[in-house]
This record gives sequence, structure tokens and C-alpha cells, in this order.
Amino acid sequence: MKITFDLSTLAGTRWYEYGVRFLFGGAITVIAGLLAKRFGPIFGGLFLAFPAIFPASATLVEKHEREKKWKAGITNTTRGRQAAALDARGAAMGSIGLACFAWFVWKLLPVWNAGVVLLVALSLWLGVSVLVWQASKKHSRR
Amino acid sequence: MLITQLIFRFVVGGLVVTAFAALGDVLKPKSFAGLFGAAPSVALATVGLTIVAEGKIYAAIEARSMIVGAFAFCAYATLCSRLMIRNRMHSKYASTAALALWLICALGVWAIALR
Repeated sequence: MKITFDLSTLAGTRWYEYGVRFLFGGAITVIAGLLAKRFGPIFGGLFLAFPAIFPASATLVEKHEREKKWKAGITNTTRGRQAAALDARGAAMGSIGLACFAWFVWKLLPVWNAGVVLLVALSLWLGVSVLVWQASKKHSRR
Repeated sequence: MLITQLIFRFVVGGLVVTAFAALGDVLKPKSFAGLFGAAPSVALATVGLTIVAEGKIYAAIEARSMIVGAFAFCAYATLCSRLMIRNRMHSKYASTAALALWLICALGVWAIALR
């Protein structure tokens, strides 16, 4: 399956939809920091992988797909929910990459330069996530 | 934690999370774009700040717990997808209700193995 960029979707996103993500993203970053301060890094670290903006993102995906179908004159559609479910499946695959990111940072941050560790860990997240996604595509084609 | 540090965390976290979400918006197919829903955006925003404030070892300990959080995220996202497809649940309700599973998984492992 071909991976494409569609920049027109950015124009279709309203300013408050970015605002909601900014608020949730900012809030979980602060909350994770406060929890680590209050209960220690072992507890606070859990929240670095909290799906804080996922509910907002999934709702937006469903809404945008439904609106697209309505504009095309199709009012009775399950496409929006299906798109959100696919988005969630992708996130499940991405979370395996997220675990690899965290493992790499845990193991190498104390001994390597922090910038290099974060850069390599980010590449590892992307690489593992894409590999898992490709493997699942191949598996579903069989 | 100082109020200025909290504001800085909020702004940096908000910007990084929004940037990854916007990247996910422009990508197709949807299952591929979904990968960006599990981007390490909060970690990228906080690790640098944590290193400056608390040191590398503290940040590495947080990352170890993050592995547990990531597997809880996997269970959460899988449940979301199932609730939307099999139970025909609206994404808003499915993704909010499933947060309970993330909390059970993450806090359960923390209570049993990490604490």
C-alpha cells in the first residue's frame, strides 16, 4: 500500500481542533512532571505513554470522515467510525515502537549524549512502527 | 516545581504533541497515520527538561516505566479499535471508556512489579 501526504487535510482542520490537542498535550506533559515530582520517577514515567490526546484525535478522525461523506451526499455511513478504528489499530502498532523508544532511552541515556540518544530512539520508534505496520499489511493480504 | 517551569512544560508539550498530531492528519492510509497517535511526543517534550532539572539517571528511570505505559497503550488502542468495529461504539465513547484499561494495566504492573 502506498503512503501519501495530503496537505489539504490541514486546511480542513479548524483552529480550535489544534487548540484542543495543544491543551491536552500541554496538560499531560505538566501532569506527568507533577506526578513524577510527587510520587517519584517510577510512577511518573508511566504517564509519558498516557494516551492523552488519543480520544480527541479519534473523535476528529471520525468527524472529518463523516463530513467528507456528507459532502459527497452519503448521509448513512459507518466510514467515520471505521477510519477511527483503523487509526486506533495504527496506534496499537505504533505503541510497540514507543516501547522500543523507551527501552533505548532507559538503557543508553545514562552513558550516551542525551541529544544523540533521543534522535536514535526517535528513529527506532519510527523504524519499528513502520516494520510492524508493513508486517501487518502483508499478513492481512494473505 | 516553579510556575515558570510548569508553563514552559505546558507550551513545549502542547507544541510537540500538536506537531505529531498534524503529521498524522496529513498521512494516508489511516492505519499508517495512526502510528503517529503513539508517537513519543510527551517523552520528547519532557526528557530534555527532566535531564536539566533532575539529571540523566532520573530521566532513564522514567523511561523504564514508560515501557510499561507503552504496552498499556497497545492494549488500550487494541480495545478502542475492537469497540468501534465489533461493538459499533462511537469513537468518542470508545476511546474515553478504554482509558480505564490503560490505567488498570499501567497501575497494575506498577503495583505488582515496579513499586
